[in-house]
Amino acid sequence: MGTLKSVDQFLNIRLDNIKVSDPDRFPHMMAIKNCFIRGSVVRYVQMPTGAVDTQLLEDATRREAKDNKK
Amino acid sequence: MDSAEVSTAVNEPLDLVKLSLSERVFIKLRGDRTVQGVLHAYDAHMNLILSDVEETITLVDVGDDGAVSNVRSVARNMEMLFVRGDAVIMVRPLLLYLCISNIMTKISSCFAQISPIR
Repeated sequence: MGTLKSVDQFLNIRLDNIKVSDPDRFPHMMAIKNCFIRGSVVRYVQMPTGAVDTQLLEDATRREAKDNKK
Repeated sequence: MDSAEVSTAVNEPLDLVKLSLSERVFIKLRGDRTVQGVLHAYDAHMNLILSDVEETITLVDVGDDGAVSNVRSVARNMEMLFVRGDAVIMVRPLLLYLCISNIMTKISSCFAQISPIR
């Protein structure tokens, strides 16, 4: 868990000010403040619902699906 | 072709996913995981954005002799989730009416073919 600083074309992720969601499983991560995660090893990204405009996403997805067909 | 017809017809696999936008979907993932949630976005990589998500992980305990001793499933909920496409195995609409509307389209086209004969 942390603040998303940047994402690149490979979905590599930079996080600032991170906290470990499950310290029991990942105690060795507790000392880390900032990190860079290789996109290919990401399974999920959880985010707050309020930060996401779902209507915008759906419209953009339909537009992209339409454009890809042409 | 009529534009309304284009938007609801399933001509290629991803059209079924497109019809599932803002609907509840069931997704099978690598690593014995499944998620259910409302689909908000997808792309050609099958990266997905879902809300109101329940993830179920199936854990299989194997004894020393290699025999399966116990199968458990663990569930957790997430409010908004991005799923990386390379983990996705299957996307299935949960709502029956999507399937029904497809069948109805087929039935009505059958009738359209039959009626001129009568």
